[in-house]
Amino acid sequence: MASIDIKNVRKDFGPVSVLKGVDLAIASGEFAVLVGPSGCGKSTLLRLIAGLEDASSGEIHIGGRRVDDLPPRDRDIAMVFQSYALYPHMNVRDNMGYSLRLKRTPQARIAEIVGRAGAKLGLEALGERKPRELSGGQRQRVAMGRAIVRNPKAFLFDEPLSNLDARMREQMRFEIRKLHRDLGATSVYVTHDQIEAMTMADRIVAMNAGIIQQVGTPLELYDDPANVFVAGFIGSPAMNFLSGEARRGETGVALSVGGKAFCTLSQAVAVPEDGRVTIGIRPERIRIGVGAGQVVEAAADLVETTGAASVVHVDLAGQAMKIFTTERLQLTQGQRIPLAIDAKDVCLFDPAGGGRLR
Amino acid sequence: MRGSPRVRLVKWSLHYGVLLLFVVAALFPLYWLVKISLTPNDSLYTHSIDLWPATISLEHYATVIGNSDFLLFFRNSVIVSGVTAIASTLLAAASGYAFSRFVFRGRYWIVGVMLVTQMFPLVIVITPIFSIFGPLGLTNSLMGLIIIYTAFNIPFATFLMQSFFDGIPKELEEAAMIDGATRFKALLQIIAPLTLPGIAATMGFCFTGAWGEILFALLLNSAASTSTFPVGLLLYSTRATIEFGPMMAAGVLALLPVCIFFFLIQRYLVQGLTAGAVKG
Amino acid sequence: MFEPYLYSAPALLLVAATTLVPIVIGISYAFRNIMLLDPTSGGFVGLDNFRELLRDASFWNALKNTVVWTASCVGFQFLFGLILALMLNRPFPGRALIQATIFLPWAIPTFLVGMNWSWLLNPAIGPLPHWAYALGLMNAPDNILSDPDYALWGPIFAGIWWGTPFFAITLLAALQSIPREIYEAAEIDGAGGLERFRSITLPFLAPTMVITVLLRTIWVANSPELIVVMTKGGPADASQIVASYVFTQAYQGLNFGYASAVATALVLLLLIYAFLLIAIRQAMLGRR
Ligand SMILES: Nc1ncnc2c1ncn2[C@@H]1O[C@H](COP(=O)(O)OP(=O)(O)O)[C@@H](O)[C@H]1O
Ligand SMILES: [Mg+2]
Repeated sequence: MASIDIKNVRKDFGPVSVLKGVDLAIASGEFAVLVGPSGCGKSTLLRLIAGLEDASSGEIHIGGRRVDDLPPRDRDIAMVFQSYALYPHMNVRDNMGYSLRLKRTPQARIAEIVGRAGAKLGLEALGERKPRELSGGQRQRVAMGRAIVRNPKAFLFDEPLSNLDARMREQMRFEIRKLHRDLGATSVYVTHDQIEAMTMADRIVAMNAGIIQQVGTPLELYDDPANVFVAGFIGSPAMNFLSGEARRGETGVALSVGGKAFCTLSQAVAVPEDGRVTIGIRPERIRIGVGAGQVVEAAADLVETTGAASVVHVDLAGQAMKIFTTERLQLTQGQRIPLAIDAKDVCLFDPAGGGRLR
Repeated sequence: MRGSPRVRLVKWSLHYGVLLLFVVAALFPLYWLVKISLTPNDSLYTHSIDLWPATISLEHYATVIGNSDFLLFFRNSVIVSGVTAIASTLLAAASGYAFSRFVFRGRYWIVGVMLVTQMFPLVIVITPIFSIFGPLGLTNSLMGLIIIYTAFNIPFATFLMQSFFDGIPKELEEAAMIDGATRFKALLQIIAPLTLPGIAATMGFCFTGAWGEILFALLLNSAASTSTFPVGLLLYSTRATIEFGPMMAAGVLALLPVCIFFFLIQRYLVQGLTAGAVKG
Repeated sequence: MFEPYLYSAPALLLVAATTLVPIVIGISYAFRNIMLLDPTSGGFVGLDNFRELLRDASFWNALKNTVVWTASCVGFQFLFGLILALMLNRPFPGRALIQATIFLPWAIPTFLVGMNWSWLLNPAIGPLPHWAYALGLMNAPDNILSDPDYALWGPIFAGIWWGTPFFAITLLAALQSIPREIYEAAEIDGAGGLERFRSITLPFLAPTMVITVLLRTIWVANSPELIVVMTKGGPADASQIVASYVFTQAYQGLNFGYASAVATALVLLLLIYAFLLIAIRQAMLGRR
């Protein structure tokens, strides 16, 4: 088990800068999830940690030791690939035991370790099978088993669940977490799926366009996003963003959308000169009907329901907005509905840079 | 095909009819070769254009196999083609791997050089190679032919091997490298076993290429002791008294390894052609 | 990052040593007087070899033959290959076997193709002259390989027979990469068979056709094997193409300087051809 420290790492592919100065410290035993839209550089960062790519500049330390010049085999890490990368010509047992064989571990010892890992993952009966004779979920487990067998300093996962169907994914999510609880090994888990990030992470590292946007626990990112990107990326359905105006008044900062009063914030907020702001509010924090907070009126557009809950699309002064509710509503298009907004649920962002206004 | 049953019948007959023409055209020369090789001498010239041989005999094959020269040519060809196939496939596998897995400075130029050598008329190197090889003792030597054929096969074989490597996910050797293997070990233990069919196909292509080459074989190895099969056969055919029967029997024998290879690698033909693009 | 060089170096060095270096040396020979069996030869003669070339009627004839040879071979190979590819592109009973059979000639070594066809054309043991005579195509069942007016056609027949499968395979592969849905969509839109060929097959196939024909042209022009095997360029250089002329000059004449000059001329011609192609391509791109 070991900490991973990344210091000002940059990575360029020719003229394209993919990582633009990444600083990140992952504590020993931590389960860190690296999340961001696809193409933002998550895999690249993971591959730098693994040693599959060389950084253009910066330092990478694993367990306090600088590893930039070490080849992957000397970094003592294990990696689970999105495609699993199981060796097609080896059976399950040999796939899991390959790393031990390379270390010249005695046959009996290999069998013992592989057997133990197989038992943990429910692979006992599959030892003789080739990867092509396994289901997606079983392959996933073998890939995990191959990583466990090594007893490495750190686990790296690159979107390991994205080739599974939804139900399997849910189950594996749970199993990986349990495995981490048992082994307690430092893990870096890459995904583009914010639900995976929220449910699995000790700490989430949100990334966009090669830059780390925010690092924190899932709830910190959910409740207190550092910028528009994080606010929009974390949470489903996504946070509503309305362009509005902020004016400082006696009771606080008064927000309006399209000229209509939206709500008034009591806490002090740094408002830009021209008063233009992006107002963010989560769909599940808006209540339909007259309630505790301030009330604005919107026109209903469309209702989507999953049975358990519904998403109501409304139009507020010409801007689209979503509301998440567990109530079952019968709404007609164009129907005026009152919305209760609680000022403490509102986040303000700078429309120019996207940064949070506090 | 659509249309009324009658139209369909006509269309299908036409389809098969035309294809039959092509099949006959493709097979007839080979059939003739086999036919003459099986026609005994006494009816060879009297019934030379009969479609079927009146009698069949293996006497020409006996003549060929009894003729020590042909056996020698055959042996020379097997050595030259075999070693060429192995050497060029090994070298091409290494360079094809580099092209498949690495982006490196000069790669563009190296690929360019290889492509250009494929486009250049080989006849221009005939005289210089003759002059270079002479003093090195590489004329009238099987080694000389092996070197030349290996070099000529490499560009094509490299592109072919590259296409096979491209079909194998890079993650496999990355996983192996993380598991503790060096890249070379990963190549040997993980990638090579998966490329075996490709390696075999490449060897086949190189083998047939060397098996049929005649220009350099004629020019460099004029001595009978180092002649390859094509040269032996060609020189045999220009002798004053030509014996067609044994010659065709020898031709059929020369065809055998190639036909075996052809049916083994049929499914790689398309890949071979697209990788080679210019070679046939 | 030295690894890629390590992997590619052996192959590259061998290729450089046996093709690139000789190409350079070969071009230098073109300006020297090199006779194989004459130790006093070897001096620089400037452009003498090329002056001789310009006066050499055999060379000009070989140049003309190169055009005939290349155009006929590639043209017919392409035509037959296209027909075959189109016919083999739909499933029908027996397709696999027919396909394997039709592709077989491509696997036959060139020298054997040449010898096989010269036997077929030889009236002593081959049927072709007798058939041509019976059909009234010939006045007597003679061997066209010894007729100066028609000798080149022997290798051309052999070349067409041998090279047609190449085009068939290449075009078939291209045809099979056209998504089925496009045809289905066109059929639903009411396009007939001919219309589908014109508006889907041709545009999809065009790039492959152009590239294959252009590259193949170079390759066929460069390949003297069939001619060397079947006629040795004879009778009296009547069926010589430039590439085979180089070979026979070197092989029989032992005049390496002159042979290299002819080869250099061939390279120049191919370069001109390549530049023309690039220029045409540029012009067409510019028009878009
Ligand atoms: N080997 C490479 N060469 C050039 N560009 C690359 C290479 N690998 C990744 N990239 C580019 O870097 C960016 C980030 O890639 P990646 O790290 O795979 O994204 P993610 O895993 O977040 O989806 C992408 O735009 C991708 O095109
Ligand atoms: Mg990725």
